[in-house]
Amino acid sequence: MTRAQQPSRRRFLASASALPILAFAGHAQALSISGRLPWEAFAGEPPRPVNPAGWYYFTPQEVGTIEAIVDRLIPADQLSVGGKGAGCAVFIDRQLAGSFGKSSRLYMKGPFAKGLPTQGYQGALTPAGRYREGLRALDDYVHGAHGKNFVQLGPHEQDEILEGLESGKIELKLASGLNTRSFFELVLGNTMEGFFADPLYGGNKGMAGWKLVGFPGARYDYRDHVDKHNVPYPHGPVSIYGET
Amino acid sequence: MKGVLAALLLSTLAGAAQAQDQMSAGRYQAILGDCQGCHTAPGGKPFAGGLVLETPFGNMTVPNITQDRATGIGGWSETDFRRAVREGVAQDGTRLYPAMPYPAYTRMSDADLASLWAYLKTVTPVHHAVEADHLRFPFNIRALMAGWDWLYFKPERFAPTEGKTAEWNRGAYLVNGPGHCGACHTAKTLFGADGPVALTGASLQGWFAPEITDAKPRGVGGWSADDIVAYLKSGWNSHAVASGPMADVVERSTAQMTDGDLKAVAIYLKDQPAAQKPSSAAVAANDPAMADGKVLFQNNCVACHGANGKGEALMFPPLAGNPVLLQSSPENLIRVVLAGARAVSTPAAPTGPSMPSFAWKLNDAQLADLLTYVRNSWSNQATPVSADMVAKIRTSLKSGS
Amino acid sequence: MAKILPRKDVVIMGLGWTGAILAQELTDAGLDVVAIERGPWRDTATDFNIGYMPDELRFAVRKDLFLSPAQEAMTMRNSISQTAMPMRDYGSFLPGNGVGGAGVHWNGFVWRFHPSDFALKTQLTKRYGARRVSELQLEDWGVSYDELEHCFDQFEYLTGTSGKAGNLNGQMIEGGNVLEGSRKRDYPTPPLKMPYASTLFIEAAKNMGLHPFPAPAANLSRPYVNPLGVSMGQCTYCGYCERFGCANYSKGTPQTTILPVLMKKKNFEVRTESEVLKINLHPDGKTARSVTYVDRAGQEYEQPGAIILLCGYGLMNVRMMLLSGIGHPYDPASGEGAVGRNYCYQTQGAGARLIFEGKHFNPFIGTGALSATIDDFNGDAFDHSKLDFVGGAGISCGSSNGRPIGYHPTPRGTPRWGSKWKKAVAETYQNSLGIGAQGSSYPVRGNYLDLDPTYKDRFGRPLLRVTFDFPDNDIRMANYMSDQLEKIGRSMNPKELTVSRASKGWNSVPYQTTHNTGGATMGANPKTSAINRYSQSWDVSNLFVLGASAFQNNAGKNPTGTVGALAYWTAEAIRDRYLKKPGALVPA
Repeated sequence: MTRAQQPSRRRFLASASALPILAFAGHAQALSISGRLPWEAFAGEPPRPVNPAGWYYFTPQEVGTIEAIVDRLIPADQLSVGGKGAGCAVFIDRQLAGSFGKSSRLYMKGPFAKGLPTQGYQGALTPAGRYREGLRALDDYVHGAHGKNFVQLGPHEQDEILEGLESGKIELKLASGLNTRSFFELVLGNTMEGFFADPLYGGNKGMAGWKLVGFPGARYDYRDHVDKHNVPYPHGPVSIYGET
Repeated sequence: MKGVLAALLLSTLAGAAQAQDQMSAGRYQAILGDCQGCHTAPGGKPFAGGLVLETPFGNMTVPNITQDRATGIGGWSETDFRRAVREGVAQDGTRLYPAMPYPAYTRMSDADLASLWAYLKTVTPVHHAVEADHLRFPFNIRALMAGWDWLYFKPERFAPTEGKTAEWNRGAYLVNGPGHCGACHTAKTLFGADGPVALTGASLQGWFAPEITDAKPRGVGGWSADDIVAYLKSGWNSHAVASGPMADVVERSTAQMTDGDLKAVAIYLKDQPAAQKPSSAAVAANDPAMADGKVLFQNNCVACHGANGKGEALMFPPLAGNPVLLQSSPENLIRVVLAGARAVSTPAAPTGPSMPSFAWKLNDAQLADLLTYVRNSWSNQATPVSADMVAKIRTSLKSGS
Repeated sequence: MAKILPRKDVVIMGLGWTGAILAQELTDAGLDVVAIERGPWRDTATDFNIGYMPDELRFAVRKDLFLSPAQEAMTMRNSISQTAMPMRDYGSFLPGNGVGGAGVHWNGFVWRFHPSDFALKTQLTKRYGARRVSELQLEDWGVSYDELEHCFDQFEYLTGTSGKAGNLNGQMIEGGNVLEGSRKRDYPTPPLKMPYASTLFIEAAKNMGLHPFPAPAANLSRPYVNPLGVSMGQCTYCGYCERFGCANYSKGTPQTTILPVLMKKKNFEVRTESEVLKINLHPDGKTARSVTYVDRAGQEYEQPGAIILLCGYGLMNVRMMLLSGIGHPYDPASGEGAVGRNYCYQTQGAGARLIFEGKHFNPFIGTGALSATIDDFNGDAFDHSKLDFVGGAGISCGSSNGRPIGYHPTPRGTPRWGSKWKKAVAETYQNSLGIGAQGSSYPVRGNYLDLDPTYKDRFGRPLLRVTFDFPDNDIRMANYMSDQLEKIGRSMNPKELTVSRASKGWNSVPYQTTHNTGGATMGANPKTSAINRYSQSWDVSNLFVLGASAFQNNAGKNPTGTVGALAYWTAEAIRDRYLKKPGALVPA
């Protein structure tokens, strides 16, 4: 004689991995709780794996540029696939299409003004907006300096440009409030996230990033190895959705 | 004069005390019978009815048994009450369905019923009209119950078995009478009557109430009497934990029974013969399902249930030797891994740790292999689980049935 | 128009550690208690599914369980000569959110502050003279370690803390922290198993005559049943501890230690996704009348209470007092006022990264508080007579995680991307360990909290403004620690040793630590403290303020153990004194 099951929880887009701030999902019933400890069947908010096909944010031209960039930041070599093969551009695209791209989490009230480096990003542009602006400015620069798009340059030249962005030697013409170095840091940071995050988010394809460093992934029990000092861990990585 | 007054006072006090005793005794009877379990709706007032029971014959709504005259049993006499509980006939002569376990309650003694009635009369009257049943034809024809009763029901008081101890007989009374354990744990015939072999497990509303005879390992054969007492009192012992519908039973009923009564139940159950069910051969370790299941087990289950399947006391039940895993029907296991589950919370063990839901992560074939693996690892031996069965249960759970 | 609700005995803002402890103690005393929590309901069963908890991107990088600045942000500046700007995302510190608060996703270090940490003004002035401490705005707390000893014990036994006593009733026990304050009994569960990296540190420290010991951890070394009858599981060293909810009941949190019992009580209620806007005072300002809060549908309520407890994160408590006109706001120019005074942080700049060759440290095997620590250079444990600073740091080598987005070390000078980077990352991941120095943070006049003049929250209320930089004293202390790390690191014979040093100019962007203390400090003098030794507001006698906001100074230790002890201490005071005779417990 069972009580009726609660309706199953809705899932949410993997690319919108941060919950919207005020519209907290699901616990509609849980606003006043007394005399019981809530439980329901199918509880939880599992992440939804991204659709690996297509592009949700980047335009075709932007896709070309960002794929080229991630493939230089993490080149294909004998150690592993490159950033493109690992799906880093797909990862970034899905992130920008979701709540990360929209700055859903951030305090975005004005007035906006320039702050000190210790005070963090003070711009009004979201990450999605910063990519659009940054990639546009990058291609503008490359056109101006080389008469081509970034994707048409050879890897060596691409590396030089990326080094220039990183060091500040190259200053892109960006909308006010943005600067070149922080744009580079944003791209580098997201690329690394894409390389090392769980494959369900579109990157770290085949767990290439985890295999590179020897990280066992979504495991939860190391009791049988904690005493084995200085002994390699014998199992390969496993992902959240069970890829081995 | 003084003496008469004193005597009067004393007898009034004694009467009051006796009335008080009857009420506490009556409340205990309600706990034994777990009346609240059906007669209180989720979030509803005690005994005011409204719970919907899903049966193989359609849905039934449990009546209001508070003292409200219009919507409850406020107009009933004690005789009416006895007739309903022990014979399955309501005050107005309509037949009750055996979802109200009168075939078990028929065994209750006069004294126990009197106590219970005294207690029920003190329950706050609640005006709550309960909606009609939605049983399928021809089961919605109550008059047909007369035939059913004639075929399958014999009203009879409990009679102690000679040659057995008082404790054993108390256990027999509790299990077969107010405890109505067979209502879930005894397989039913097509017409809902008890099958020939008692307490060997039964499917009910998507859960499988396990065998509770002295069978080993499917029943309580591997449990001591103390194990059984611990399970009923706290929800835990070193072999298993109560969750699902049994969690409700433990929380509302057995956790509040006296230690003596729990011991009696244990003694009785330990003396119930196992069914002559064919034991299944273990699925071979090199079976592809087992190999697949082993990897899934290591990647999903060991952080709570342990690589050795031993679990953790009061936290995660063992898998090795756990009768819940070894029933002929794996439906509980499938349910629990798909939807998650909550261990019972009792005064002795209040935590109520939970099993998370894996429905989002494991597909039907994976879940089937995983369960085949746990049912056939360590010294466990049981039938394999099919992806089809998982699929069916997954669908039925999602649709809320 | 706010709906006025029936009065409760106790109204609690925030259901984190202190809210849960106070609710449990006061409901046991028979009071009718309601907690107003602005975040969502959270529990292991409903939210920490073992299948998807090990997700670094979601929880560690995108901060799914943390407070989002969109809900409440703060502004910051290093000094009054700067204009404060909003921290549009949290970086340097990450406040929690929801039922359980940061108690859900903390590391689990359960320290007791040292006896001297409670009376720095007296101790340090006596030992080193007033001139040594003249830069600092030290103040004694008005409560002693000895008085709190049984409360520390209570919090340790509530959480099942795994550790080894070093000072049992005055007797020194080798292998424990022989520099700790005396304790009456050992920890409830034995220490966690030290990983390889920590064993190398322990050996090196011992060889230098130092006294390493396993850090006390609310990541349990074995299954445990606490005094409330709530059971917990054994930690599995999963490496998804801090920033994450624990999926197998083995981290001490309000959920795993208190809520199973508290939530069943008929005299306790929690209202979630309900944000307290203001504490309302009676016209004479001497007592609080009610709390105004708004639910997620935007409906305002007024909840009257006989006793009101501020149990939010310390910073939020201070802000609430300022927004509600409770006490006198601190003015750094005059040094007057107590609300916002003596804000401190944690001095983290000193650290060491060691790179070896041919090792397997398996950094992914870890728990939030898994480490070996030495207190030899902490607080006032060592003689500072010949030094130019006061305070010190706990120096530790541990293994909390090896999650690769956040952890992929490379040798000095390695490019940050490209093939060389890749090769270095592959070679270094298993070959590196870190030693950290968690330094004390002492109060100075210029570090304080107040309300921002420009930036507002979504209800139009001013944000909290944090004015903070590391005092010169603390920088000197941290540099001394860097020197010690150099010595210890060298003795471990790494292939490469890089020692970092602290510097002025606290940067709010990179994560450092979520140990923000002070602002509603505890003391004996109402001029220099906002609450008395029983956490009772000097100004509003039925208001108590719980949390690290009470600290007059931070120590070289994580704060939660002391926060928990003060919560039990306050519960006793309310139950045994205040309820018998409501009013000021300490003459002002």
